[in-house]
Amino acid sequence: MAKLRYVITFVLACISPAAASPAQAQSAGTLPVVATFSILADFARNVGGERVAVTSLVGPNGDTHVYQPKPADAKELEAARLILVNGLGLEGWIDRLIKASGSTAPVIVATKGIKPQQMREEGRIEQDPHAWQSIANAKIYVANIRAALIAVDPGGAAVYRANAENYLQKLDALEKEVFAAIAKIPPKHREIITTHDAFGYFGSAYGFRFIAPEGVSTETEASARDVAKIIRQIKAQKIPAVFLENVTDPRLVQGIASESGAKIGGTLYSDALSPPDGPAATYIEMMHNNIQQLTEALVN
Amino acid sequence: MGLHDLLISPFAEFAFMRRALAGSIALAIAGPPLGVFLILRRMALTGDAVGHAILPGAAIGYLAAGLSLGPMTMGGLAAGLLVAVGSGVVARTTILREDTSLAAFYLISLALGVTIVSLRGSNIDLLHVLFGSVLALDDATLILLAAIASVTLTALAALYRPLVLETVDPGFLASVSRSGGVVQITFFALVVLNLVGGFQALGTLLAVGMMMLPAASAMLMTTDMTLMIVAATAQGMFAGYAGLVISFHGGLPSGPLIILVAGILYLLALIFGPAGGLLRRFKPGRHLEA
Repeated sequence: MAKLRYVITFVLACISPAAASPAQAQSAGTLPVVATFSILADFARNVGGERVAVTSLVGPNGDTHVYQPKPADAKELEAARLILVNGLGLEGWIDRLIKASGSTAPVIVATKGIKPQQMREEGRIEQDPHAWQSIANAKIYVANIRAALIAVDPGGAAVYRANAENYLQKLDALEKEVFAAIAKIPPKHREIITTHDAFGYFGSAYGFRFIAPEGVSTETEASARDVAKIIRQIKAQKIPAVFLENVTDPRLVQGIASESGAKIGGTLYSDALSPPDGPAATYIEMMHNNIQQLTEALVN
Repeated sequence: MGLHDLLISPFAEFAFMRRALAGSIALAIAGPPLGVFLILRRMALTGDAVGHAILPGAAIGYLAAGLSLGPMTMGGLAAGLLVAVGSGVVARTTILREDTSLAAFYLISLALGVTIVSLRGSNIDLLHVLFGSVLALDDATLILLAAIASVTLTALAALYRPLVLETVDPGFLASVSRSGGVVQITFFALVVLNLVGGFQALGTLLAVGMMMLPAASAMLMTTDMTLMIVAATAQGMFAGYAGLVISFHGGLPSGPLIILVAGILYLLALIFGPAGGLLRRFKPGRHLEA
């Protein structure tokens, strides 16, 4: 009996040091950064370059509005040295997750300084969180991320500034492309239907009207009246195309299209990037894909 | 606004409303009869359990064929059937009752499903994608709902007598027939079929709610089995129609509203129901006198 006790104590003594040391999350030298979703992670990778190891909590094609965190996410947050969130009400689940993880990393709201758009829902004013859909806002995201990285890792300040400058120039070029593409679409055709109100900022910045049955978050359910209104609107104004999204059930939009006579224009990427082999693996590719789908469907 | 504008024209004007009505009625024909039997067998929470139990099947379907609804639904159906039939077998062969064995199996199934999804490393909320909405019924889904309703009604008609007996007096059934096990398993299979089809077409809330709420109200209205089924079905159809009309004119989400109407009918039955409502308790009817 004494022998058994000794054996158990010995085994426990061997295991406990191993259990006490935390899992190493980063490879040698890189700064572990956690972003809440794939678009934010893409910005962070472009600014941080090889000095950072960025993970995204909500992956490609994931829906950040209704995401349910896993314990592995809490582990990643705890090991991170910088946490990037979108803010503006996109991630209702993030504050409690950060508290639960016990992470001491600074939490940066990437939309700081962006003037939020309001959603015009009958009687209810809500903030639209999809600020990244306007490239002018994307530049503010990049500036905030750059400042955050420099604050956490002052040694890499020069690298971050250079990377950010580089990426901002790419965003400038992208913006010119977007304006040029939209100029090709006749003004009366600049109106489309999609599943949820994810393109408010895109619409305001580039002169488009987006109409959606599901309101500003995929958490809501469409009401029969909203769907009816949209169908009436499509028929009355002869809106040419409806677009599917990568994060929602396509059947609602398909039903609206078949009943109203609009055609299905393709898939727009709204709240998440595609997997690496898809058409929208980075933010820039996402915008390219979206304007290509829009112009293909509407320029005729 | 005239009565026609209020009650008929939403359906006359819009195809999606007609489909939603057709889908709700198909669900109301198949679900409530099964719900009556579930309540009598004290398995009223089966719907939610099955909603979670289908996850590993949907996950395997997703791993095999990506985000396409067909394989995910078939996978979900297989998982649900396995769980339901397995718990039925356990209930018949051990001391555990049906509700306990179902609870055990669905929890194991859910855990397995979450693990499988995490292995893939993807963050997609599979069940959120799998569950449909009453306003988004396409042709294929309507045909699915109609087929499930037809199969359910036929099976219920064929198995009605042994099923009733198995529900209220399984000992007697076992003493006169060997069909008890078959009937129980078939019943579970029907429940899972309706639930999985319902989830995919209409979402969990509508599928489970339509199965259970009208049946619960019907139990408060009558003690006659046949009348119970008829009352449950009628309430289900009314809830579907009224819920859609109110959602149309009031701008409220349709699925939840249909269930709220069913809920109001339930509350009315709770108070006024002839076979057990609260009013009856305080003001009993006349006793038969010799």
